[in-house]
Amino acid sequence: MDYNFHWAQMFSGEPVQWMWEGFVTTMQVSVISLISAMLLGILICLMRMTPFKPVQWLSLAYTEFFRNTPLLIQIFFWYNASHYVLPAVVNEWINDLYYWFPGSFSLFGHEFVGEWMLFNAELISGVIALTVYTSAFIAEEIRAGIFSIPKNQLEASRAVGLSFLQGYRFVILPQALRIVIPPLISQALNLIKNSSLVMVLGVADIMYQATQIESYHAMPFEAFTVALLIYLVISLIVSFCINMYNKHYMIQVMY
Amino acid sequence: MHWEVPIHNFDYFLYGNTVLDSTFPFIHNPEGLVASVILAIFGIFGAFWLGLAAGLMRLSKKWWVKYPAVCYIEMIRGMPLLLLIFWFYYLAPVITGQTMPAFTTTMFCFMFFTGAYVGEIVRAGVIALPKGQMEAARSTGLSHFQAMQLIILPQALRNMIPSFVNQFVSLTKDTSLAAILGVIELTRTGVQVNNRDMASFEVWITIACLYFMICYVLTSYSRRLEAQLSRYQARDR
Repeated sequence: MDYNFHWAQMFSGEPVQWMWEGFVTTMQVSVISLISAMLLGILICLMRMTPFKPVQWLSLAYTEFFRNTPLLIQIFFWYNASHYVLPAVVNEWINDLYYWFPGSFSLFGHEFVGEWMLFNAELISGVIALTVYTSAFIAEEIRAGIFSIPKNQLEASRAVGLSFLQGYRFVILPQALRIVIPPLISQALNLIKNSSLVMVLGVADIMYQATQIESYHAMPFEAFTVALLIYLVISLIVSFCINMYNKHYMIQVMY
Repeated sequence: MHWEVPIHNFDYFLYGNTVLDSTFPFIHNPEGLVASVILAIFGIFGAFWLGLAAGLMRLSKKWWVKYPAVCYIEMIRGMPLLLLIFWFYYLAPVITGQTMPAFTTTMFCFMFFTGAYVGEIVRAGVIALPKGQMEAARSTGLSHFQAMQLIILPQALRNMIPSFVNQFVSLTKDTSLAAILGVIELTRTGVQVNNRDMASFEVWITIACLYFMICYVLTSYSRRLEAQLSRYQARDR
């Protein structure tokens, strides 16, 4: 084993700066796609629960397709094939975004130089892929949570005199949300881990910066270990939070 | 950046292009497809045994048995597969002192990665059983090991099957990551055909459909299996 470790170099100068930038990008990608995936997931779930059959089928097809194809393929699709099928208006809109928010721009007298890299085609495709992929899972989880509440709860609420919507609001949803939130949080965790895949498009996230350090400073082992530790710390913090949440809000089963 | 809308030509994939000599590239020359399937099957086979060991170790009461498994499971579950692949790719030559082919590297990564998830499944499967099963087995005179082997594990494995098949499905999807190290599998052939023919829409839709078909067969099989097993469970009560 003749490999010289350069841990000191890893924690000074360029590598630290690059890793920090990568961390910020990863967080930006994750947070934006998480919020939009939530909204899209709720929409898909609602579509699945409407009584109108074709809408149900559409939502079913959406969920099945995006859950059963690899995220990498979806990222490639959104990046280099989707603009062939998207309406010209959408393509124009994305191009306009790139025109208005290039690498540097000024807003309210503040000059954002190179620190605001959100609106380039690579990142937009990555975010769209992550959003669509995660929303399929989120829709399934929300639906499973709502269906896991016995139906007679709703019937009982109707019998007490609550309306349908009130029954949902006061009886079903408070119980369903407690069941759904832990898997949703672990889905968010998955999203953060999956966001490492956007590096194949050249979005400068943690993984990309690690490969950057590997090729510039010839420290592959150190770079990837540090990247690993960053992801690990994020995951452990989030799973610790889930456990705390579970301890507080878990539904107590009475025998 | 200027994007234009070309004419789609799926016929090209069905009947081929004599100039480029590519007749339905992914089916006619199934090298990539076969590699993907081999990666998935070998990966899940290794992951099963690794996960069984890790899950049972994690259930142990001795700290020096339990904590290595806890470390392994928590660490692997906390990192992206892509990172594991890169890390192992650079780490393996340092450990073994010789270069390792990308195919073997990724196959080991798939085993290690899925093994952690299978470990959790095994643990959950064993914990879900009533405590009385173990006590009853011990009271009839079986040793702990025998009780595990003859009473607990057969029941736990039956409960595990649906989530195990789900893990198989996600491993099948994850094998697409081997393309990043240049392993010739389904995604890599997609990248190659895409670069050569510049027909990205057709390529990525075809590849996605192939993965979809593999995974959908597995999922529907899992669903049928689940229904069958829960039918037996209903009869037990």
